Amino acid sequence: MAERLTDIGPPKYDSFWPQVIKDNAGKWLYHDILEPGVLLHVAESGAKIWSVRAATTRLMTTMMVEEICKIADQFCDGHFRFTTRNNVEFLVSDLAKLEPLKKALAAAGNLPIGGTGACITNIVHTQGWVHCHTPAIDASGVVKSVMDDLFEYFGSHKMPAQVRISLACCLNMCGAVHCSDIAILGVHRKPPVIEHTHVDKMCEIPTTIASCPTAAIKPSKVDDFKSVAVNADRCMFCGNCYTMCPAMPLADADGDGVALWVGGKVSNSKSMPKFSKLAVPFIPNEPPRWPTTVKLVKQIVEAYAQGANRYERLGEWAERIGWERFFEKTGLEFTHHHIDDYRFAATTWRTSTQFKW
Amino acid sequence: MAKKHHTPMLDELEKGPWPSFVTDIKRMAETGKDACADLLGQLELSYKDKEGHWKHGGIVGVLGYGGGVIGRYSDVPDLFPGVEHFHTVRVNQPAAKYYHSDAIRKIMDIWARRGSGMLNMHGSTGDLVLLGAFTDELEPIFAELTANGWDLGGSGSALRTPSSCLGKSRCEFACIHAEDICYDLTQSYQDELHRPAWPYKFKFKVDGCPNCCVASLARSDCAIIGTWRDDIRIDAAAVSAYAAGEFAANGGAHGQDVKLDIQKDVCDLCPTQCMAWDGKTLFINNKECTRCMHCINMMPRALRPGVDTGASILVGAKAPILDGAQMGSVIIPFIKMEPPYEEFKEFVEKMWEWWDENGKNRERIGETIQRLGLGAFIAAVDLEPDPRMVKEPRSNPYVFYKEDEVPGGFDRKIEDYRKRHAR
Repeated sequence: MAERLTDIGPPKYDSFWPQVIKDNAGKWLYHDILEPGVLLHVAESGAKIWSVRAATTRLMTTMMVEEICKIADQFCDGHFRFTTRNNVEFLVSDLAKLEPLKKALAAAGNLPIGGTGACITNIVHTQGWVHCHTPAIDASGVVKSVMDDLFEYFGSHKMPAQVRISLACCLNMCGAVHCSDIAILGVHRKPPVIEHTHVDKMCEIPTTIASCPTAAIKPSKVDDFKSVAVNADRCMFCGNCYTMCPAMPLADADGDGVALWVGGKVSNSKSMPKFSKLAVPFIPNEPPRWPTTVKLVKQIVEAYAQGANRYERLGEWAERIGWERFFEKTGLEFTHHHIDDYRFAATTWRTSTQFKW
Repeated sequence: MAKKHHTPMLDELEKGPWPSFVTDIKRMAETGKDACADLLGQLELSYKDKEGHWKHGGIVGVLGYGGGVIGRYSDVPDLFPGVEHFHTVRVNQPAAKYYHSDAIRKIMDIWARRGSGMLNMHGSTGDLVLLGAFTDELEPIFAELTANGWDLGGSGSALRTPSSCLGKSRCEFACIHAEDICYDLTQSYQDELHRPAWPYKFKFKVDGCPNCCVASLARSDCAIIGTWRDDIRIDAAAVSAYAAGEFAANGGAHGQDVKLDIQKDVCDLCPTQCMAWDGKTLFINNKECTRCMHCINMMPRALRPGVDTGASILVGAKAPILDGAQMGSVIIPFIKMEPPYEEFKEFVEKMWEWWDENGKNRERIGETIQRLGLGAFIAAVDLEPDPRMVKEPRSNPYVFYKEDEVPGGFDRKIEDYRKRHAR
């Protein structure tokens, strides 16, 4: 144990840089997207680097990584990188390698080129039923189904601006989807079902009670078991109690499903960063291909593509035309679920006579 | 013969043009990896039941670390013994996720031998996530990872693995060395990262410019966002070339055929209207510019951020649990970010001390600030109020004056008042 290494941290960021980046870091002059998925960066020195971006599934095997390594070995001296949106980038400093690299990616069949500029790039997502213990939906299967349907927009520049789709499989939002152009969110709709025989064994009751944001949980004795009771009228299905107490599961085949949110952005460009707003409160889980979710995402995308000005993000378009018009253009129904009734609700109510018919 | 389950629903996910995780996992299963076959089997069951099949947590880990490994057990282990234990190992990624095949093959070799062979490139916070290990394998995996120069990332109520955009390595917009800041913070705070000791999680993200490609202002408790204080650099010849249609608009983001109308696409869309174009010369009133990046995004060959660069620090972003989602709020409008980043770290340590003292269990710092007030927070970190910290001044009149702000203090005698005013 004497030689046990700890707290060494990750390899330094420049350990894996290709030579052209080592030589030109901090001295890049401009970039140009030559075609969908292919970026050129030019340095002050005149040096150039071409990056070819391709989609990955995020959930992959060591065999897939080996495939990526082989392509990187063949064309990029072993160098590659991943983007924050689960795409992989192959970097070449020799133009002669660009076309053969693109051909090799096309031949691989599972690394489609795209994800640049005014496209719908890869979906940032969470684990879903593949690994998580609190999900309301699967993640990888929904992403696969949605991206199959939007595939032509991944490898093209046909959108008015970039469209960022994210998926989180419950309200914990490990995927932090709350500022996405389109967010696909797993939601529960039934209060936790309480296993009274085990609450006291598996959970710390005071912490469980304190975990509820709406104070809907109180101590309760059921058949001589120390347990809790949930006031269903106050439950907003956040699942925070289940995180603290495994004897209070929320998951339910009929209760769980998808909500769609739209119009968020994180960039400061033009308009301020925005939260995503509720577009569709609930769609049932429809494995394996989630057809209603796929259809409604496409419906939003098409309405945006048709109505927005060039350079306008989805949220900027919705704000320009007005949310009343957004529901008309997308054909989505506005329901009482769309009106906020939580902590910051009043900030979202209309306090003006300015609206459209 | 390799193990295989009947998965008619998952087989549907092998169709279509987008890469299929099912196809990938199936081929690994065919090499005799039972974990892969059983993962697909269990996932098929979830598709049938429309409910997940993982138990709630479980405390596992490696010696001396309080995090980095997430315990996970199947709730149907008799059906799928290959995923009975399916613990996650978070491996701290190199900043901006650059790899070399030699180095990553070493991780893959460890993982194919000792783990499920399945992984995430990458997790939401940024780690390279190894997905599915048995408890007995955790220590050997850790030993082999560290022997090859890799370490675990954060989990639980600790500093989570910091992440950054690719910054100066390949982006002309980067105003700060995002990767170096990310690496420096990661190395400086290894103890905070590996040994959870706080009210809840804490995330750093570093964006090189206000385009915020790593979503720092939405996803991190402390966002470090590159910016500048001087003038946007203009290459007049390149502006003319854009006007003449020689360069594609927006760095080619809409295709090489889409050219720029400088008045309509740049000046008219500038949020502060601080730009003017007379057909020959582009004027920018830099004093009124809010550095949103739009004009620079539109004409990257003609415009560049200034050279007096540093960062804006925004604190408190988080996803909705519990009070609702928050974005970061401006706490330090501008700070120079040069190694060894001492001024920034002094701020960070004051911030952590205040949160550690005042934060409730499972309360993110953004929520603590919301509960106790932005004023209390900035006083605790020794900053002066600045209009850049707010969108607008308060519109409610209930100011919590402190006793020492008012001449004579709060201690008054009713008898004195009554000398002046009859009852």
